[in-house]
Amino acid sequence: MLLARRYRFPMSPFNELQREFGRLFNNVLSDFDACPAPRRAAPGINVWEAGDNFYAEAEVPGLGMDDLEVFVVGNELTIKGRWNAERDDDQRVFHRRERQRGAFTRVLTLPVDLDAEKVNAVLKDGVLTVTLPKAETARTRKIAVKSA
Amino acid sequence: MQTDVIEQCDCDDVAQSERRQTDTTFMPGVDIVELDNEYVLRADLPGAKPDDIDVQLDRGMLTLHARVETRQTAHQTRSLLHEYGVGDFHREFKVGDAIDTAGIVAETANGVLTLRLPKAAAARPQRIDVRPTT
Repeated sequence: MLLARRYRFPMSPFNELQREFGRLFNNVLSDFDACPAPRRAAPGINVWEAGDNFYAEAEVPGLGMDDLEVFVVGNELTIKGRWNAERDDDQRVFHRRERQRGAFTRVLTLPVDLDAEKVNAVLKDGVLTVTLPKAETARTRKIAVKSA
Repeated sequence: MQTDVIEQCDCDDVAQSERRQTDTTFMPGVDIVELDNEYVLRADLPGAKPDDIDVQLDRGMLTLHARVETRQTAHQTRSLLHEYGVGDFHREFKVGDAIDTAGIVAETANGVLTLRLPKAAAARPQRIDVRPTT
């Protein structure tokens, strides 16, 4: 089974015990609570390499571009974000509060230097994808082999 | 606990669609806030396009399902860090009589589904006028 972020849980379609049955109102939302949800301090990140680029992806549902900062120095990628509290959140009655909130900073060190000028970040449907081109000097170069 | 609820759930259909789409289904994190006249349910569904989010209410069972496509496609060559899995989201809630089910409204933005569930008239707070005795 795949690793999951703590606030969402892998669930087998064949294991009904892992299903959630909440009850809205009357005892408002009791459910099995098989996995109480400790929030992570920061969203998880997936990183992969393809050709001359690295790709870093983070799930940041609810954040807009203005709530995110992405920067690159050398071979280091920093992603900062902040979930702004809804107005009057403190006075409201929460029957469930599992979603992430607050601020986070993630710093990742990539194996080689990056071309900071060409880094590109896209936010779509709550998923941030950062394209990180390798620095010219760090790219794989094909060397022609000549016969002597 | 709530055996009747389990029986109401048409689990076979769900299992079928999940098998087609992905190996793993995730339970999305939700916030549920109670306001004077409504409940607001927010669910994190990152990666789900608005058209792929399905909200159904059937005999008091509220089902959220979101189809999420794999994002690391075939051109991926090497994974360096894998902190979370990607798959469909699914979660179910039993909705009691105190909700005006006809008035439920759903909207989505930035990978978050927001459901507004108005309280039935009988469940809303009512102001009782207090008059001085004359």
